[in-house]
Amino acid sequence: MGMQQEIAGLAGKVALVTGASRGIGQAIALRLGAAGATVIGTATSEKGAEAISGVLAEHGIAGAGMQLDVTDADSVSRVLKDVAEKFGAPLILVNNAGITKDNILMRMKDEEWEGVINTNLTSIFRMSKAAMRAMTKARWGRIINISSVVGSMGNAGQSNYAAAKAGLEGFTRSLARELGSRGITVNAVAPGFIDTDMTKGLPDEHRQNLLDQVPLGRLGQPEEIAGVVAFLAGDEGAYVTGETLHVNGGMYMG
Amino acid sequence: MSTIEERVKKIVCEQLGVKEEEVSNESSFVEDLGADSLDTVELVMALEEEFETEIPDEEAEKITTVQEAIDYVVAHQ
Repeated sequence: MGMQQEIAGLAGKVALVTGASRGIGQAIALRLGAAGATVIGTATSEKGAEAISGVLAEHGIAGAGMQLDVTDADSVSRVLKDVAEKFGAPLILVNNAGITKDNILMRMKDEEWEGVINTNLTSIFRMSKAAMRAMTKARWGRIINISSVVGSMGNAGQSNYAAAKAGLEGFTRSLARELGSRGITVNAVAPGFIDTDMTKGLPDEHRQNLLDQVPLGRLGQPEEIAGVVAFLAGDEGAYVTGETLHVNGGMYMG
Repeated sequence: MSTIEERVKKIVCEQLGVKEEEVSNESSFVEDLGADSLDTVELVMALEEEFETEIPDEEAEKITTVQEAIDYVVAHQ
């Protein structure tokens, strides 16, 4: 954590990152922390929350892991209140938590559809609404929603996931218009294929097919998403709002 | 100690950036004082804080004038 990692505008701010146990969410939590923010990372289990606290402490980052179920409105308001009391209200919200329940539509069950829409899309409505109050008061805020290239390109077997991510991007544009006058920016970051547990499960052949579509010829690293999120969160990204930033090695060029 | 009416008007002035003499009890936040929909939400937030009360959304929507805000606070003291 050298000086070069600091980003103007983040020191002392409280950032809330959902789904911070691993992968992209963990990288974002660490990057914002290295940039000077106090970081609250959330996980669905108490054990996961403790592990996040451990990782943050290991890196000398102020903050904590907390248990949060983004599909439960009570859990959302409880955690927001808790964070505000212990650390101050989060003015940076990174909606990263997400799941996949892949299936071709012909076989997709209602719970596979609803589960993905609820966890990946409705959660963003809940979280943003709960966090917005403090941001409007502060006349400063950052809401950064983690999308996916699939929201723009589509992907066979992921109609639920793609619908949620495309919905997230429309939500982002609307909320950016609502909150612009209050100094709050709302953006989405859409990763392509990133080296995480979510993509490790892919069969080798499928993986190679995917790589063939990426001009840079490799998977992305979680840190390469985290850097873009940190840019949007800091002062240098202040004039970007309502935008979806694609970070995908060139596999989709919006 | 200021009266409820004075405290409500002070908050309206602060939140909507209007002068005291522009605000009467009959003033409508949107039509007379130039508030947009987000301003009215923030106004309710400020009232909640000043009077240490929680105003449910369905009640908040009915508060459109200074007098209605005063009435709400008086009724819920």
